[in-house]
Amino acid sequence: MSAIAVENVSKHWTTTSGQVRAVDSVSFALDPGTLNVLLGPSGCGKSTTLRLIAGLDHADTGRIWIDGREVTHLAPARRKISMVFQSYALFPHLSVQENIVFGLRVRKTGHADRDRRLKRVSELLGLSALLDRKPGQLSGGQQQRVALGRALIAEAPVCLMDEPLSNLDAQLRQEMRLEIRNLQRQLGITMVYVTHDQVEAMSMADRVILLSCGRIEQNGTPADLYETPANIFVARFIGTPPMNLLRLDKAGSEAVIAGTAGPGVAPLAWAGGMLGVRPEHVLLARDGPFTARVESVEYLGADSLLLCRIGEQILTTRVAGRVGVTGGDSVHLSWARGASHFFDAATGIRLATEPIHQTATMFA
Amino acid sequence: MTRSAQWLYGWLLLLPAAVLLALFTHYPAVATLWHSFRSTPRGSRASTFVGVDNYAQLVDDPIFWQSLTNNLWFAIGTIPLSITLALLMAVWVNGRIAGRGFLRLAYFTPTVLPMIAVANIWLFFYTPEYGLLEQITGAFGMPAHNWLGSKNSALAALMVVTVWKEAGFFMIFYLAALQQMSPQLAEAAAIEGASRAYFFRRVTLPLLMPTTLFVLVNAVINAFRLVDHVVVMTRGGPDNATELLLYYIYEIGFRFWDSAYAAALTMVLLLLLGVVALLQFWFLERKVHYQ
Repeated sequence: MSAIAVENVSKHWTTTSGQVRAVDSVSFALDPGTLNVLLGPSGCGKSTTLRLIAGLDHADTGRIWIDGREVTHLAPARRKISMVFQSYALFPHLSVQENIVFGLRVRKTGHADRDRRLKRVSELLGLSALLDRKPGQLSGGQQQRVALGRALIAEAPVCLMDEPLSNLDAQLRQEMRLEIRNLQRQLGITMVYVTHDQVEAMSMADRVILLSCGRIEQNGTPADLYETPANIFVARFIGTPPMNLLRLDKAGSEAVIAGTAGPGVAPLAWAGGMLGVRPEHVLLARDGPFTARVESVEYLGADSLLLCRIGEQILTTRVAGRVGVTGGDSVHLSWARGASHFFDAATGIRLATEPIHQTATMFA
Repeated sequence: MTRSAQWLYGWLLLLPAAVLLALFTHYPAVATLWHSFRSTPRGSRASTFVGVDNYAQLVDDPIFWQSLTNNLWFAIGTIPLSITLALLMAVWVNGRIAGRGFLRLAYFTPTVLPMIAVANIWLFFYTPEYGLLEQITGAFGMPAHNWLGSKNSALAALMVVTVWKEAGFFMIFYLAALQQMSPQLAEAAAIEGASRAYFFRRVTLPLLMPTTLFVLVNAVINAFRLVDHVVVMTRGGPDNATELLLYYIYEIGFRFWDSAYAAALTMVLLLLLGVVALLQFWFLERKVHYQ
């Protein structure tokens, strides 16, 4: 039985410029005890989807189950969930302690039980010394922990998080990422985590659901999204820098990269499509089959990005360390057969599912 | 620019406002205190120093005591009611309801209207025999009543006008404070299962305390400062039933021209307001959470 199931859920907003489909026939099922990330650019409907699961907004159509129970029309409090808001939504006039036990007081949990749970949560999050402070006296990271504490103390089987780390600095964000992941595993919670940051998604998730314009683009493990992107949108969204996408043209009996004479990279049938190859899979090789001209070199420390012109298109490659080439140089490139992805140019859908696992290990 | 030129420049900028304040606020205040210890000059008799005579007269003045009592009842009758109404109206027009812009405007209208015009409108409502109130009560077969002309109802009738006027004004402050509150607080509470009443009591009300304090201080000052409605509607009558402190001072000072006694009364009013404001800050400060 899945912990959360969403079936054909849609939500429309009526604005001055007409109807906006915030969430458009979205369906997915999440396994118990897993961390699931709703990922996508702003306005893709990920926060709305989360609010529909929470019951803060109501779906126009479709049904939602939590723990096998249909909750589509239930009030948020009756869905057995907890939630962490992007703004933390702490009560500014209440102490840290009162913020954390707010829900227990609402539900009139017994005194002893309340104290026991408060002690456990505050120790878990390192808040014991701060219990009498007001939220205004805490740093951003501490406020984030209090918000987390208020969610965890409910001991709800499902925890929803709406961009919980977006107000923290990079250093703290990395620490909290690990901490949230550990807590989720330790407590066995099913978590739904909304973010626009693909690093958070890739590093934390058991499952990533990538959304765009209210629709699911791909639903799978982080490795699925990276290794077999379902369409051009996923290919461009996952990975920094994003996957190279090159137009194909026909030359003789094969499809070649547009503007080049060869070599052939795909059967003739795919000549109107797109070739995708990740910058980190492109190698500089003296005997490489593809000839390109270096446009510019961007040195990043651990690696360098080379912008190369191949035919009339630009291909980015990522090379470890510093390289001895500069703009204007001619280079030879190669990549493993399995590193190639092919997409239909019109629909953007993946054409072939070549497994790249074997070759990908070469670059790991 | 040299330091001294800068200094001069600064003072020149402050001068117009400073002169006006000194002339029309500070000087009259000090002069009032000074005059309260002297006799009123009449004809050939020049003003002389009389010590606390004016204050002694005040203690024995039954109308002073009556106006003070009237004023206290007036404050008790109008302040809590208008603040409660203001809060309720603000919560209501802050919600998602149809025509809320119109409602907000409607509630605020009494504040925008000139006080004299407002008093005249209400004068018509209260008019015996053909006034609006009389026509309504008459339609239900109730006996006629002279609302402003009867000792028992005149002060209450004034209170109704004041509550009607003040509630809309205070609502604006509450509305502004409510709009500052993040809607996510209510959502966080909803997820925890807090009812709307529980959320209002434990979150909304405490977060509105700074506004409540501000409104309360203003309400007290307004209650002791009211004069326009009295002038238009009752002139303190009948039988001093609506004699309020400031109106009494006005009568003593500008109808009986006993400026020294009026000065002493003014000092008492100022002292009273000062003490009340201090007490309010002192008591409530500890209960107020400023963000």
